[in-house]
Amino acid sequence: MANYLINCKDVSVSYGEKKILDNISFAVEPSQIVTIIGPNGSGKTTLLKICCGLIAPSQGTITRNKDLTIGYMPQKITIDKVLPLTVRRFLRLNGKGSNMRSLGNVEQIAEEFGISHLLSSQIHDISGGEMQRVMLARAILLEPNLLILDEPTQGLDINGQAEFYKIIGQVRKTVGCGILLVSHDLNMVMASTDRVLCLNRHICCEGTPEDINNHPEYIAMFGKKAAENIAIYTHEHDHTHCLDGHVDEDGHA
Amino acid sequence: MLDDFLIRAMLAGIGVAAIAGPLGSFIVWKRMAFFGDAISHSALLGIVIGFAVGINHILGIAAVAIIFSYIVSSLQKQRSYSSDTLIGIMAHGTLAIGIVIISFIENIQVDLMSFLFGDILATTTKDIILIYSGSAISLIVLCIMWRKLLLSTINEDMAKVEGVNTDKIRFGFMLLISLLVALSIKIVGILLVTSLLIIPAAAARNFSRTPERMAFLASIIGGLSVISGLLASLQWDTPSGPSIVVAAIIIFVLSLCFNRNS
Repeated sequence: MANYLINCKDVSVSYGEKKILDNISFAVEPSQIVTIIGPNGSGKTTLLKICCGLIAPSQGTITRNKDLTIGYMPQKITIDKVLPLTVRRFLRLNGKGSNMRSLGNVEQIAEEFGISHLLSSQIHDISGGEMQRVMLARAILLEPNLLILDEPTQGLDINGQAEFYKIIGQVRKTVGCGILLVSHDLNMVMASTDRVLCLNRHICCEGTPEDINNHPEYIAMFGKKAAENIAIYTHEHDHTHCLDGHVDEDGHA
Repeated sequence: MLDDFLIRAMLAGIGVAAIAGPLGSFIVWKRMAFFGDAISHSALLGIVIGFAVGINHILGIAAVAIIFSYIVSSLQKQRSYSSDTLIGIMAHGTLAIGIVIISFIENIQVDLMSFLFGDILATTTKDIILIYSGSAISLIVLCIMWRKLLLSTINEDMAKVEGVNTDKIRFGFMLLISLLVALSIKIVGILLVTSLLIIPAAAARNFSRTPERMAFLASIIGGLSVISGLLASLQWDTPSGPSIVVAAIIIFVLSLCFNRNS
């Protein structure tokens, strides 16, 4: 595991008596898309915040690549209406470096994300789907090699979700950054991710979408139906299963 | 017809309004109106301590305001009480302690009315120099931290991930407010400081599409309130401080009509 963007080793977090995360180990490699799924309260957001350095783990270590630049998109961002802000100004604002992003740069990214027509709009006037795209565009403008996205598709309808995952796929190709995201859209996730991390305070199971598709803990968590849906979406039936449902490694070739 | 004292009063008021505009905009954006109010309450304790220890009242106010900011920002990290409760306790606590201490000190006379409304017509040239140098320093510091302060106002987590030391920025912002209060309270009083922070910024919102424009317009509107308030107080012989506040309120109400039309 020499080549990674971020590497969590035996990470635990507890607030007082309550254990939020228990013994989590995983890594994100360059250009890899890793998706965290799990029920509400399973510690997904906490784990992302640990990766971002916003929360310190109670135990365990996090190693970050020394060239790591994170583009973070929080779960929910509410900008008070009393703060006047155009989309253009928001995109140019950043905490890194001493200058604002160049206008040309912003306009080019806006073009790629299909938000050029919004640049002069007030940020309070755009729709939820548009806001998610603006947030992603802003994260890309930080020139990250790791994008950390907390439920980027929440509140989007099924078309919006599909569109968003398409954009994420493109971003990985063009920008070449790794992507760590939390998601509930099981179907979409399975079709567009490299690794899946199934979280419920501890890591229930992890692997490629095909690996975990029929993992008993996964099915127990999301139900047989969800798992079947995913099978339909991914169209990958190139492996066999043991009697207990584990993927048969020998048959995986 | 314009007398020297009126010119000095206007210059002092405009100097305060210039820095109060952008600072007040952040106060409005960060929903910290109560903090601005509270920190000016603590100024009485600063005046009293300054008198008791024998230092300049500006140093006394600044010292108390800085300690106040520090305590509030460190208490905010615990989760038991919301920050408005904490600020409320601190604000009225410091005010009360200030008044209690006054009763122990002989030969001190604090005119509570002038503490509330200041005495802008008694502004001296020295006051003006003090206000303008303080405003200039604050504006420079604010320009330097502008981007980071704005980003952490929009979303603190995002700012942190992008390398902003949000604790430092927050405390720096509170220091700027403390400095403004310390420099201007003798001249314009508690009521006017907090009014010049909040009302022009609230009015400027209705004419602005970017944060920078709102901050800039807030200064202009503050300055206009000072000029028109002072002229009105001369015309109708009304108290000058409150007249400035009333002028600011009138501009605010007019700005609401503008917003409805657009």
